[in-house]
Amino acid sequence: MTAALMDYDEVLERFDPVLGLEVHVELSTATKMFCGCANVFGTPPNTQVCPTCLGLPGALPVLNGVAVESAMRIGLALNCSIAPWCRFARKNYFYPDMPKNFQTSQYDEPIAVNGSLAVELSDGSVFTVAIERAHMEEDTGKSLHVGGADGRIHGASHSLLDYNRAGVPLIEVVTKPIEGAGARAPEIARAYVTALRDLLRALGVSDVRMDQGSMRCDANVSLMPRGSSTFGTRTETKNVNSLRSVERAVRYEMCRQGAVLASGGRIVQETRHFDEAGGTTSAGRRKETSEDYRYFPEPDLVPIAPSDAWVQRLRATLPELPWQRRARAKTEWGLSDLELRDLVNAGALDLIAATVDAGAPAAEARSWWVSYLSQQTNSRGVELADLPITPAQVARVIALVAEGALTNNLARQVVDGVLAKEGEPDEVVAAHGLAVVSDDAALTAAVEQALAAAPDIADKIRGGKLAAAGAIVGAVMKATGGQANAQRVRELVLALVSA
Amino acid sequence: MTRLTRWSAAELAARIHAQDITAVEVTRAHLDRITAVDPALHAFLHLDAPAALAAAAAVDDGLRRGDPPASPLAGVPLAIKDVFTTIDMPTTCGSRTLQGWRPPYDATVTRKLRAAGVVIVGKTNMDEFAMGSSTENSAYGPTRNPWDLDRVPGGSGGGSAAAVAAFEVPLAVGTDTGGSIRQPSAVTGTVGVKPTYGGVSRYGLVAFSSSLDQGGPVARTVLDAALLHEVIGGYDPLDSTSIDAPVPPVVQAARAGAAGDLTGIRVGVVSQFGGDGYQPGVLNAFEVAVSRLRELGAQVVEVSCPSFDHALPAYYLIAPSECSSNLARFDGMRYGLRVGDDGNRSAEEVMALTREAGFGPEVKRRIMLGTYALSAGYYDAYYGQAQKVRTLIIRDFAAAFERVDVLVSPTTPTTAFRIGERVDDPLAMYLSDLCTIPANLAGNAALSVPAGLSDDDGLPVGLQVMAPALADDRAYRVAAAYEVARDGAEGGPLAQRVPDLEVVGR
Repeated sequence: MTAALMDYDEVLERFDPVLGLEVHVELSTATKMFCGCANVFGTPPNTQVCPTCLGLPGALPVLNGVAVESAMRIGLALNCSIAPWCRFARKNYFYPDMPKNFQTSQYDEPIAVNGSLAVELSDGSVFTVAIERAHMEEDTGKSLHVGGADGRIHGASHSLLDYNRAGVPLIEVVTKPIEGAGARAPEIARAYVTALRDLLRALGVSDVRMDQGSMRCDANVSLMPRGSSTFGTRTETKNVNSLRSVERAVRYEMCRQGAVLASGGRIVQETRHFDEAGGTTSAGRRKETSEDYRYFPEPDLVPIAPSDAWVQRLRATLPELPWQRRARAKTEWGLSDLELRDLVNAGALDLIAATVDAGAPAAEARSWWVSYLSQQTNSRGVELADLPITPAQVARVIALVAEGALTNNLARQVVDGVLAKEGEPDEVVAAHGLAVVSDDAALTAAVEQALAAAPDIADKIRGGKLAAAGAIVGAVMKATGGQANAQRVRELVLALVSA
Repeated sequence: MTRLTRWSAAELAARIHAQDITAVEVTRAHLDRITAVDPALHAFLHLDAPAALAAAAAVDDGLRRGDPPASPLAGVPLAIKDVFTTIDMPTTCGSRTLQGWRPPYDATVTRKLRAAGVVIVGKTNMDEFAMGSSTENSAYGPTRNPWDLDRVPGGSGGGSAAAVAAFEVPLAVGTDTGGSIRQPSAVTGTVGVKPTYGGVSRYGLVAFSSSLDQGGPVARTVLDAALLHEVIGGYDPLDSTSIDAPVPPVVQAARAGAAGDLTGIRVGVVSQFGGDGYQPGVLNAFEVAVSRLRELGAQVVEVSCPSFDHALPAYYLIAPSECSSNLARFDGMRYGLRVGDDGNRSAEEVMALTREAGFGPEVKRRIMLGTYALSAGYYDAYYGQAQKVRTLIIRDFAAAFERVDVLVSPTTPTTAFRIGERVDDPLAMYLSDLCTIPANLAGNAALSVPAGLSDDDGLPVGLQVMAPALADDRAYRVAAAYEVARDGAEGGPLAQRVPDLEVVGR
């Protein structure tokens, strides 16, 4: 059943949207939140489990210190205050994918509160999103519902449970209500999630792969009549698995809610499910009477009281954050706003910066990533960051060209070798004998051979038509498979002809 | 052979380590005793004679090779309350929901016992999930008190206490959430210790109330309890609430106390624990015990701890609240009992049917109490308020321990009651733990040591000795001194006067 939708412009004429975004991020720690099981994605079901993450009787949690530090670093990067004392709480509800039938989470005492994230929009303006809190919790297992439509529980004949994900460390970042977004609400939602993803990637705390579920966004949307300051009833849309979907889901909910309200209906407070294919949302679990989770302090864990020294030490580990990097790129690399945005949108900024950090000049680094390597992503259908080449390797290729050891043509062959996983640039050069030949004895022999094969051209050169030397240089380059130092070949041609 | 079962763990260990007797002989003697008397007692839920004999043989082999004993208790038989996980035996917690469940891992306590060469003979009966004061709440039937088979052995650890009192084993491990080690020990004439919270790892102890549960020793002498305390105690990185500090020197304290001198020790008698509701015979025995402490040189004063009056209601909010969450996992989805899975019912329905069938009435009562107490709108009035009482009790203890070294009281208001007497009256049952609960709420150390027989019914009475957190050794020192004095005055250990069940039994 398709819901009635109001035209987007009409929604904006009549209503002000209010957003609230809850982003769950799986930390890429080596082990789970409360046990020593490996935190890895994609292994066979129920192979990364132990008594603790299976919630077996008698098993107890032990807090992962790296996860706590990651949470604190995320909080600091989001300009939050780190709580001087906080603890975990139990969120009690029954669901088969939750081994203990309670989730160990944080409730009214989160580790980080009151922050902000400056979000850059497509027109270059900046919208600041206020952050309510960032807290730690554990992920649940996964249910696979079999026999029903599109994997949902409704109509399923049975369910399979995989607890590999149970106990994986999660950070939930919750915004304060985002008001005043107006027409840009969907874009702001997307830009916020993008900015958060880039921030988390820069911190190195998560894979932030929305497609694999290591970053998940729940979008709360409500409408209030223009001019009102009383929030409308909100819906919470889940299963929003890409940046594009964030934007689409918000826009769809605005149009759907606008139509409901305009026809005199009321919004039901509920969880909605985003359908990627249709770009629509559908009703899920009703939240009419808010569920009573019977939160109470987790008695199996002790409170966390981060000292000032600990917080300061972590603050010192924060890397250059995305907005700082963008500001620096603009000034140091002399980029226009548009050029910068292109780089950001292509996901090239961090890679270029890392290449520059590895010793390459900014112009060359940029050129490699936005042209030749970008072409490779198109043919391979992957993201730039996922190419099997590192900024350090690109920097090494650039250095070899600068030294004269590689021509641009050879450099591309070396890069191809690295992408084909043949090894480091120097190994590829050695394996394929790709180094530029500057050895005079070898080059002289090749030039003599070329001159002997084209006596007419040799005569033209002698007769003063120096441009004809290009043909001999070309012949030598061809004979040496492009490895000759062309400049030196030209010098040798002229010297030998006039000898 | 039977005589071997009358010895203390310390005596048995000494003889085994000297190779005067073998651990196998000792184990066999106790297994024989269990065979003879357990049909009348029902202290055990599970026995593993072959495994016990194999463990004993391994100790003997090591000694014959000239290896030093793995611990001062290597080769001594022991029983474990069926609430600790054991990889080679079922762990049922006295509940139908875990009937036959075999854990894939050993509790830290179990692991430490094995590493110490202690011979684990089996698992003991208990009130379901440690909720009760009589062991009548076991899904597998009650345990009987060896002093009078028509009476309860206390609870929840009635199986461990009865097994030790009836010479089935010299040692047992129990757990104490509101008195489940001390109260059974008091009514069976044994020594039971609740160590400082965090002193013994809870890893593998199936949780009833996480902030209160504490494993501890059950024995017939104070020294035996201390020897076991040092085997099972100590920091465990797998338990976040475990204390990263050395085990208090309880064995040294027990030996020092046995010299019978308490000169300079200040003993506080808790004024709240006495009067109405206390059995006169219990109060008389307690008074005699206090006068013995005075004779040993202790300076005895009365100490008021007014918040202790609120301990029982606070406990019955905190413990059920935590239990309602801890027991949520028993839903039939992953292990244990599953009811109603007919291919048509939803997971939610199967969960409900399983929990309906798997839990007994007392467990359900506490889950409901706790669920209610944690509900939105009631949390502050119940759970929050109870936590405040807890703080007040901690303060009362702190103030008391500024004036005295240890506090004493009767362990229980009455001696063992008759089987069935309180099953329909939960409040009367709850009163059994009146004197023991404050130490759980505050987390400090407390023990019960036999204080003779009540002059009105001839049943054992316990003297409770409470000490500050991490000062468990103080309680041991006082209890050991008292034990020597009482044994001297009464012509031998109380435990040896238990009726001979092989004659009395059916």
